[in-house]
Amino acid sequence: MGPDNDLMRLLAPLWAGKNGGSGRLSAVGLIPALTLMAMLGPVCAGLLGTLMPSLGYLPAAGLSTLSFDPFIQLFEWPGLPVAMRLSISTGLLATLLSLGVVTLTLAGWYDTGPFRVLERLLSPLLSVPHAAAAFGLAFLVAPSGWLSRIASPLTGWVRPPDVLILQDEWGLTLTAGMVAKEVPFLLLMALAALGQADARRRMRVAQALGYGRITGWLKTVFPPVYAQIRLPVYVVLAYSMSVVDVAMILGPSTPAPLSVQVVRWMSDPDLSQRLTAAAAALLQGGLVLTALTLWRAGEAVVARLGVLWIARGSRGALDPVLRPLGLALGAMSALAVLAGLAGLAVWSFAGYWAFPEALPQSFDLRSWARHLPGILSTGGTTVLIAVLATGLSLILVIGCLESEFRSGQNLTQRGLWLIYLPLLVPQTAFLPGLQTLLLSLGADRAIWAVVLAHLVFVLPYAFLSLGDPWRAWDRRNSTVAAALGASPRGVLWRVRLPMLLRPILTTAAVAFAVSVGQYLPTLLVGGGRVSTLTTEAVALASGGDRRAIGVYGVSQTLAVLGPFILALAVPAVVWRNRRSLHG
Amino acid sequence: MADSLILHNVRISRRGAPLVSIDHTIAPGTVLTVMGPSGVGKSTLLSYVAGTLSPDFEASGKVCLGATDITDLPPAKRRIGILFQDDLLFPHLSVGANLAFGLRPGGTRAHRRQRIESALSDIELEGYADRDPATLSGGQKARVALMRMLLSEPRALLLDEAFSGLDVSLRRQIRALVFDRARRMHLPVLMVTHDQEDAEAAGGAVERLTVANLSA
Amino acid sequence: MPRLSTALPLLAALTAPLPALSDGLDPSDWDSVLEQAQGQTVYWHAWGGSTATNDFIAWIGEQAAKQGVTLEHVKLSDTADAVTRVLNEKQAGRDDDSAVDMIWINGPNFAAMKEADLLFGPFAEQLPNWQYVDTEGKTVQSDFTVPTEGYESPWAMAQVVYMYDTADMEPQPSAEAILKWAQANPGRFTYPQPPDFLGSTFLKQTLIELTDNSDVLSGSADEADYAAVTAPLWEYLDALTPVLWRSGSAYPATGPAQLQLMADNEIDLAISFSPGEASTAIANNQLRDTVRTFVLENGTLGNASYVAIPYNSGSKAGAMVVANTLLSPEAQARAQDPAILGYGTVLSMDKLSPEERETFDALELGIATLTPAELGSAQPEPHPSWMSRVTEDWTRRYGAGQ
Repeated sequence: MGPDNDLMRLLAPLWAGKNGGSGRLSAVGLIPALTLMAMLGPVCAGLLGTLMPSLGYLPAAGLSTLSFDPFIQLFEWPGLPVAMRLSISTGLLATLLSLGVVTLTLAGWYDTGPFRVLERLLSPLLSVPHAAAAFGLAFLVAPSGWLSRIASPLTGWVRPPDVLILQDEWGLTLTAGMVAKEVPFLLLMALAALGQADARRRMRVAQALGYGRITGWLKTVFPPVYAQIRLPVYVVLAYSMSVVDVAMILGPSTPAPLSVQVVRWMSDPDLSQRLTAAAAALLQGGLVLTALTLWRAGEAVVARLGVLWIARGSRGALDPVLRPLGLALGAMSALAVLAGLAGLAVWSFAGYWAFPEALPQSFDLRSWARHLPGILSTGGTTVLIAVLATGLSLILVIGCLESEFRSGQNLTQRGLWLIYLPLLVPQTAFLPGLQTLLLSLGADRAIWAVVLAHLVFVLPYAFLSLGDPWRAWDRRNSTVAAALGASPRGVLWRVRLPMLLRPILTTAAVAFAVSVGQYLPTLLVGGGRVSTLTTEAVALASGGDRRAIGVYGVSQTLAVLGPFILALAVPAVVWRNRRSLHG
Repeated sequence: MADSLILHNVRISRRGAPLVSIDHTIAPGTVLTVMGPSGVGKSTLLSYVAGTLSPDFEASGKVCLGATDITDLPPAKRRIGILFQDDLLFPHLSVGANLAFGLRPGGTRAHRRQRIESALSDIELEGYADRDPATLSGGQKARVALMRMLLSEPRALLLDEAFSGLDVSLRRQIRALVFDRARRMHLPVLMVTHDQEDAEAAGGAVERLTVANLSA
Repeated sequence: MPRLSTALPLLAALTAPLPALSDGLDPSDWDSVLEQAQGQTVYWHAWGGSTATNDFIAWIGEQAAKQGVTLEHVKLSDTADAVTRVLNEKQAGRDDDSAVDMIWINGPNFAAMKEADLLFGPFAEQLPNWQYVDTEGKTVQSDFTVPTEGYESPWAMAQVVYMYDTADMEPQPSAEAILKWAQANPGRFTYPQPPDFLGSTFLKQTLIELTDNSDVLSGSADEADYAAVTAPLWEYLDALTPVLWRSGSAYPATGPAQLQLMADNEIDLAISFSPGEASTAIANNQLRDTVRTFVLENGTLGNASYVAIPYNSGSKAGAMVVANTLLSPEAQARAQDPAILGYGTVLSMDKLSPEERETFDALELGIATLTPAELGSAQPEPHPSWMSRVTEDWTRRYGAGQ
């Protein structure tokens, strides 16, 4: 089984199988190939566009001598060891902690009242754009931030203490920020996987055998759940290592993590620095690959040790400590982001607000009045792009899943890797190359080019979101409907889509949120002419005006929360008289 | 009108390993019961007949309804009704709409509605057309599922452990109803079950599949 | 890599720049420029981090609309993004209708674009409003010692001032005095992290202060005894860094981020490149009203902000109309109003009509803004090579976690 073989499997539905009955090339059958092209084409083209300059080839800057000089330049940069260390330590630590928090919370509290509260708190946070969450968090924990202000009557601070919290050299605040943002993602992924792991019954058996909740969970439920969420965990690892916007806000700058440095070099007035940037982008890709390999090796070690641990039969003496810890960590990560967002909201209405006041001296609508015209016009573009990207991604994903269903060819593990590829390759490694490609095709800065660029990142999440509920649908429904005379198309439109309305709308909301949150793809492909709430927010962020950031952060959050509320409300209204379709 | 369901030298294997081998003609109004432990391929046989066999399996032989070879027809064209252990009423449709889904196309709207009303009264569920299927009892759901299938005017009937989900008294009642209707409509029935009582109630031939069934 | 290079000609052919298209645009024939500009849309790539600037640009847009030109402000977080953009376009062979029609630019970005032939021009001195520009008293024809040669048009003057909180400290007369004060008040001063523009400006300002012979700074750094000239600077920074905010292990990323630190009372002293910035920030509720500004006894650095037009802009005429609008006495007076922007004008009061002069005279300076007399004359910028080498060295010494 080589990758080619998997590619064929993924593409196999191109030729409608025996069971499709027609033998013709069907429209549904073409979709997987289209989808694959939409996702992987830009990544591959972009990587090529990065590879060339890293070898010294950048004709526009008058550079066309092939050499390894860009790499030599890169390795001569004195900050490189620290920047690389930061990238790796942030990535591994953030992933380990996120996974730990999610596992402890699930193990200790799944199926309990507190868990349902936590789940409700965390789910909407998934959609909060990274930049907005990071700003909120920065304002919360800075020495002059909200917590310090609130504590000032006790501490007696009239000036903020001169302590290094934000931008600390070890990237711990950055790591904490990534954890707070990735916990909701992993939790939802794990919840989806739980359905297939038969958690309730396994836990009943484990507890009947005298195992504590957490130990029982780790020994019986965690292994199959982890197998299911392995790829999302890798995504968290790759993303935490290569994130740019969050690292610029929370991360250290002397030196910055490698990804931030790539962007800096990319924007250096000295054009030859582009070459160093390209070399660093490739190094970044290599680092991610190394970290993934390390993680993979770690998995094997943990699995080996886990088997020994399970065989020892210990029932879990630490459970009484771990259980409250899990809930506390889960609640903390949710509350930190929520409180940060609340801080942004307060800033957006703030008049003069000096340290150490816990609240502004006055509230006014000046900031909102000032930015409203901009928000309305960029908001319109944002929604237009997001709606188009969401619609296209739904068509492609449903087409792929339906084609998979009809042909009976399930996606292999390796095929799944292909879907995740755009999320595993660092954005900085292929987006600049992609921009050059689109330019030479004359296809940049049109809205549709931006939509297609968004699609690269929206599609994997749409797949993740809809794949499981789609496959979990009882295929006997299809047999019954076909036996009653319904064609495959009839089954899809009259039975399957209505029954899956709720997960489809949730997927749409996820896709929408992912599109709204895109910064680099919008900026690079849109040539700056396509402004969205996110590009505006990040541009304003460079100015550090907290009121403006507050207004845009709140707008951005509202823009993604709207669809989520609709995704909950629409099925509740449409299926108000259909009890078994209530979540 | 009534035809036999003919399984002509049907052999199903999974990745080369033989699974099911059967050669049988089911006369109209009679039942062939296929029994055997779980995992032996009973349901695989039914999906082969229904036309929904997964590509993981290879099959040879023919399925005919009387003189018509339906082996290569898509499921929707075979006109073979199927009942599962669960009622599988479509949860997004009302009881009446579920029946209308089954009812063969044609006729005026008023005529169709009237047919559904009379079908409902036939199974003692008058006035249930607008109900959410989720609010019905187990026996009521089973009757709606049966009626939905019959309204599609099938030419043969497959029962996949169709009565296993029901409690003992209900089970007898529904089973009697299904067999009674099938006989009245002269439908050949292929039933898969692991319950001896089902087989006895069916009163027809019994085929027993065993693990690694290699017999001809 | 001989094998790879054989595959390249095709790509090179695809990406090689076409000869610049002559679009028959003559900057000296203003009527035809105006005519061509009708209906054009100008995408002005300008830093979008300041609400005050954004509002001013929006106002310029309204003025341009009256002349038939639509102005779109593309808000950048970094001017170099626009430079990258034009570069990528050239790489991809897009030699007309660039996404960028105008860039707010100066210093090294200008030097880089000019050197790489990425700019349209000369056009600046043919603009009708050029007649009002103060070419004698203000440095508007060379940018960091690089002659502008009409490839960029000035629109605002900037001069280094230090913002300080009168509640916490007194004005300081020199770089040495600032160091002494910082040592007595550790953790209360910082500057944006170079290569940020303002952070690099702090380094240059301090270099000028400390060096005995500032004449060498107007020539290229490579021709001077770089190590000897900059030695006092590194000595100074070695003493300053441990008493900086966060002991120099973190720096604000940009000028506005530094302003936020001032607003949060994390620091008492901050550098600014806009004499009116403090007043505007006080008016906007961002700074407390005890903040004032000072300049050093030996004077401070000054330079101009410019706009330039990329060689491949599809709306060059429209961009020239916008550049001309920026130079109009009305726009210049508006920019100088501290309640709006607080930027210094590039115009000469002597060249204006009495009514126009009146508008400028009527402007309130703003609570924290120094009078022109207090500001004194601006020191010239060093050659760009100093900025590049000093920031490079700074990064190696203080910005790389050594």
